[in-house]
Amino acid sequence: MDSGDTTWVLVSAALVMLMTPGLAFFYGGMVRSRGVLNMLMMSLGSIGVVGVLWVLYGYSMAFGSDLGGVGLLGAPLEFFGLGQLLGADQLSDTVPTMAFVAFQAMFAILTVALISGAIADRARFGPWLLFGGLWATLVYFPVAHWVFAFDETDAAGTVTAPGGWIANRLAAIDFAGGTAVHINAGAAALALVIVLGKRTGWPRETGKPHNMPLVVLGAALLWFGWFGFNAGSALAAGSTAAVVFVNTLVATSAAMLGWILTERLRDGHATTLGAASGIIAGLVAITPACSSVTPLGAIAIGAIAGIVCALAVSLKYRFGYDDSLDVVGVHLVGGLVGTLLVGVFGSAAAPAGVDGLFYGGGLDQLWRQAAGAVAVLAYSFVLSLAIAWAIRATLGFRLSPEEEAEGVDETEHAESGYHFGDGRGSVTDAPARTASLGRELEGSNT
Amino acid sequence: MKQVTAIVQPSRLASLKEALEGLGVLGMTVGRAQGYGRQKGHKEIYRGAEYAMDFIDKIRVEVLTDDAMADKVVDGIVAAARSGRVGDGKVWVTPVDTVVRVRTGQRDNEAL
Repeated sequence: MDSGDTTWVLVSAALVMLMTPGLAFFYGGMVRSRGVLNMLMMSLGSIGVVGVLWVLYGYSMAFGSDLGGVGLLGAPLEFFGLGQLLGADQLSDTVPTMAFVAFQAMFAILTVALISGAIADRARFGPWLLFGGLWATLVYFPVAHWVFAFDETDAAGTVTAPGGWIANRLAAIDFAGGTAVHINAGAAALALVIVLGKRTGWPRETGKPHNMPLVVLGAALLWFGWFGFNAGSALAAGSTAAVVFVNTLVATSAAMLGWILTERLRDGHATTLGAASGIIAGLVAITPACSSVTPLGAIAIGAIAGIVCALAVSLKYRFGYDDSLDVVGVHLVGGLVGTLLVGVFGSAAAPAGVDGLFYGGGLDQLWRQAAGAVAVLAYSFVLSLAIAWAIRATLGFRLSPEEEAEGVDETEHAESGYHFGDGRGSVTDAPARTASLGRELEGSNT
Repeated sequence: MKQVTAIVQPSRLASLKEALEGLGVLGMTVGRAQGYGRQKGHKEIYRGAEYAMDFIDKIRVEVLTDDAMADKVVDGIVAAARSGRVGDGKVWVTPVDTVVRVRTGQRDNEAL
């Protein structure tokens, strides 16, 4: 065990943890004010549901012994409850396996939360939690196995325990989750948008972002946390992490510039939302590529992602899909850009050591990247459609038109995000509330 | 008695209040308002989608005054609120039947 590596992985896990509340703020600021709490709650709900499932069987499905050696799924109950991993001898390379468990848990949580931006203002909360749990089980955990579970080998290089098919058989490069996280979540978002349908009055009457400073706060927290997401994926405190860190910085900078430049030329203004969105697009695109490009390659990938995503977010109006906060336009498109461009801008000088098209590597890596991206996209889209359809057919997934008009915060959570003026409300005589209030008053008198 | 109601640019509220204090006006009620007149609205752009912001933020000021003061109050508001550009707002005067000071029960001119 290496204490430096362990420290870095645990710190990175905490950084990635911060991304989910950061995402909640990023999304929450972008919806109208009467849906902000539901937007936050969909991310918090993911922390609840996926956090528990990860410990019960999610880690095993992703990183347990490969079933049948075909690279599709880990043994779901192998580490049920993680009790087998408590000993000091339980190591994953140079870090305690539990540190790796914690780090990867945050990825699963974030990926489910990412999807929620597509269905703002119209989903019932219970069915969303059910979707999150089913989607994590049937889609994320297996795909994480495909992409993140590497073969274990002995000293001679012979495979002793096979891992996932994309990481090992296909040998597509996805350092921190361009396919497993972003294409995966983006494809699921597209499926949910199709099953749930658009908001009443979209796009004319669904409102503009209600709190831009909250959006920027969220983007900042995401960027900060993303250093853990990407550089932490090195799973070691060394030069790979440092290279990845710089690439994560500079690709994001370039993407922000690419997005606001596109806006300036097309719409006449560089907007705050454009800058925040460009940041996310750059982070998404560099995620799969951060170990395989030079800093100049990172600038190229970031700039391309910023421009392409800025154009892509307008497509939903053409297709009539109310992808409310552009999960498809940013995460699916940005994920595809980054994953494919590994095969173009990949440089053998970078830690991953593979030359892409521009560096004389030919098309070999590019087709591997494309195959991995398409596989995850198709699998996630089809399974997500099926899960969402099943929930819609049984429990129902959407608010009624009346509830939607009243606002999802009120109908699903019985709260409102902001209280202006003097409408403070007064305590009603609902039994539970008055009983506890009575006790408090009695206590204060004695 | 009269009620003077003014819709003015938010940035003019401080100088408007100063002007009315100078006239001896002892109180006023202020609220946020949104609307449009000749100024029309403006456009905002979020991720390339253009939003027409038809209703512009204004401040609504209400002052109760006796009949003799009403014109001076109107002139004071107009002088303080005028920039000369479209969107400066409007001031109007309406008659008031009865005014009661809640604390004392005083009525009409005594309650102003």
